[in-house]
Amino acid sequence: MGGTSKLLLSAAAAMLAGTVPALAAWQPQKPIEFVATAGPGGGTDNLARAVQNIITKYKLTEQPIVVVNKAGGSGAEGYVYGKASSGDPYKVIFGTSNAWQQPLVSKVAFNYTDLTPIAAMAQDEFLLWVKQDSPYKTAGDYLKGAATGDFKMGGAQSKDTDEVLTRMIEKVGQVKLTYIPFKSGAETAVQLAGGHLDSHVNNPSESIGQWRGGTQRPLCVFSPKRLPQGAKVTASEGWSDVPTCVEQGLDIKQYEQPRTVWLPGKVTPDQAAFYVDLMKKVQATPEWKDYIEKTSQVDTFLTGAEFDKFIKEDIEHLRQVASEQGWLIK
Amino acid sequence: MDNLGELLHGFTIAITVPHLALMVVGVLLGILVGVLPGLGAPNGVSLLLPLTFGMQPVSAIILLSSMYWGALFGGSVTSILFNIPGEPSSVATTFDGYPMARDGRPTTALATAFGSAAFGALIGVILITFLASWVAQVALAFGPPEYFAVYFLAFASFVGMGGAAPIKTVVALAIGFAIAAIGIDTVSGSVRLTMGIDELVKGVNFVVAVMGLFGIGELLVAVEEEFHARAVSSKIEWREVFRAIGRLPRHSVALLRSAAIGCWMGITPGGPTAASFMSYGIARRFSRRGRYFGTGEVEGIISPETADHAAGTSALLPMLSLGIPGSATAAVMMGGLMIWGLNPGPMLFVDSKDFVWGLIASMYVGNIVAVVLVLLTVPVFAALMRIPFVIIAPLIVIICVVGAYSVSNSYLDVVMMLGFGIVGYLFKKLFYPLAPLVLAIVIGDKAEDAFRQSMLMSKGSLGIFFANKLVTCLIVGGIALLLLPLVLQLARLRRKPAPSANETDPEKVII
Repeated sequence: MGGTSKLLLSAAAAMLAGTVPALAAWQPQKPIEFVATAGPGGGTDNLARAVQNIITKYKLTEQPIVVVNKAGGSGAEGYVYGKASSGDPYKVIFGTSNAWQQPLVSKVAFNYTDLTPIAAMAQDEFLLWVKQDSPYKTAGDYLKGAATGDFKMGGAQSKDTDEVLTRMIEKVGQVKLTYIPFKSGAETAVQLAGGHLDSHVNNPSESIGQWRGGTQRPLCVFSPKRLPQGAKVTASEGWSDVPTCVEQGLDIKQYEQPRTVWLPGKVTPDQAAFYVDLMKKVQATPEWKDYIEKTSQVDTFLTGAEFDKFIKEDIEHLRQVASEQGWLIK
Repeated sequence: MDNLGELLHGFTIAITVPHLALMVVGVLLGILVGVLPGLGAPNGVSLLLPLTFGMQPVSAIILLSSMYWGALFGGSVTSILFNIPGEPSSVATTFDGYPMARDGRPTTALATAFGSAAFGALIGVILITFLASWVAQVALAFGPPEYFAVYFLAFASFVGMGGAAPIKTVVALAIGFAIAAIGIDTVSGSVRLTMGIDELVKGVNFVVAVMGLFGIGELLVAVEEEFHARAVSSKIEWREVFRAIGRLPRHSVALLRSAAIGCWMGITPGGPTAASFMSYGIARRFSRRGRYFGTGEVEGIISPETADHAAGTSALLPMLSLGIPGSATAAVMMGGLMIWGLNPGPMLFVDSKDFVWGLIASMYVGNIVAVVLVLLTVPVFAALMRIPFVIIAPLIVIICVVGAYSVSNSYLDVVMMLGFGIVGYLFKKLFYPLAPLVLAIVIGDKAEDAFRQSMLMSKGSLGIFFANKLVTCLIVGGIALLLLPLVLQLARLRRKPAPSANETDPEKVII
């Protein structure tokens, strides 16, 4: 572990060497505000605080950083705040694909184009979970059961990532599921443990405690390949033991939720470049690896044109699902 | 009796000099953030969190939870002295605490509140100790219909017993529900009632509403009345502190009833706010002096305080065993747990025994430390009431403005807070009850979500509320509480055709 991280650090240093002139161009002169579009303890909040801790520890900038939570309206509060702070390079907004997804399906007063994209820093995986004592052992079993039964699928929020995935499962598996929205993934996990739901599609970190506690188990992961080897979660199984959904006959190759970082609109390219560099440096630290591993996310770094392309593709896909469901706002 | 052995082991962890010192520091910091404007328990805990990263998890959680206890006690101080509840759960304390303090008995009010709060917390911890595993099971039995039934019970127990004209209660409730509906709706995902103001998408924060309704509203009423009516000359008497504590056992029925309600609402995930309102409502009905509630009755302070702390304490259990944070503070603490490398969830009790039982033992000790420290500060706080109104009034405005702004650094919140101040004033002037309004703002949207989730599950059939014993009992209990006053009224009418409607001064009964 120590050896790899040193290697990564030097690799990052080499990578950064080229960007030093750009970095010198703009430096923050006053405290920076990290706006988490989730409540304390939520995934996005954890990310913002992890980044804050790393920056503070390595003194990556001279300025102090404060994290504020603006979780209202499924995170819309934070994005609207970012839109209102146009031109202010001291507000960094941490979010998810919500930034482009929410404006598509509900009348919120922002769009992702009001913000300056900095990067997508990590991808959270989705898994299909059932209660521990459920009769279904594979995703195939589950679909067979769902075809005859009246299945309740829980998830966080309405018309958000969880419900989109649910509708995709319905379509691919040719089943009908009743989707029940709750406030958060944690709440959904407890509802499944209590037997009030048949399944949910939580991220790994939202249900790891429940899996270890033996109240629910994952059937499959919505990813092209199995998750990386890590520490065992239960006595006998770890994340890498969970089969992919495709393996089990549920043909959804990939479904992931990016954790995204934004600046308000109308900032200068120099200012945006400063934060891109800052996030790159953060990503090269061992603490970042640790954070990624603990939260069972996938390390990615998309910025610039790549990030744009990702957003466009995701919107295309979402628009399709949303129009089939009649969610698109006029 | 496994648990007892574990608990004793826990005590050996909790009662060490460094841990006791941490408790004292935590409680003092907690009282400070509880009393200071704009710094609630969640902010205090998140400020302290980074300092705990280097500590042992047990030490860290002892520091943070002690701070939480301190802040809970500190929050009651502003409710009682200035009518500004800092936490949703201390709203009900203002109903009798504030009138009592205004009548020149701030010492009694504070000491009574602290004493009964400590009693409630103690009962809550005892419950956790002996029923830990059972409690976790009960919480799992709660799906959407059961949640709705619990909220319904809370509404029913309070509304059915309110003193105001029923139609005014309904109006206040309806306004509260409308305010709770502002923002993004969980079930449909769409934006509601933002009236073209983009920022309203976040909804109306409770603290903003309550600071205006109670703090500013009361101030406006006081300004209109004669100034000198509020110049309270309270004697600072140590003996009064002990006298008030000594008088508590006389109200043992109220104490036990409230503790039972608190524990029940804490385990079933109704939460401290619903518990304190429900306890107050029921006390008002069953206390012999119920009709004087709202004018500074001792039991009117005991009931909500005991229930609030009993629920607050027993609600920590679902957080540890299921990973559902019951409050913003609990959510921050849960974030801490994960950073310390612990996973809140069913395995915590198996994997990290030292941590769990050290924490539970520290709840006993921490609460004792907290109540001792807080009682010592009573005369200091009570002395605040002697400050003349001309100085206190601007101070209250400052507290409310800073408090509202600091919720999410938003100017709109300050404007809304002032707007709520005017609403509060109008409610008082027109004898509309504030309590149902507040209750609807706080748990209205949760009740709505739970109801609609239930309807989704049952495909629109109301039968789901009678689908099992648990939910049926809760719903039937709620309906009974709702109808009880009506039945009693009818019975009285039949016996005595001329009802003594204006028996009490209506102004005193409106809560």
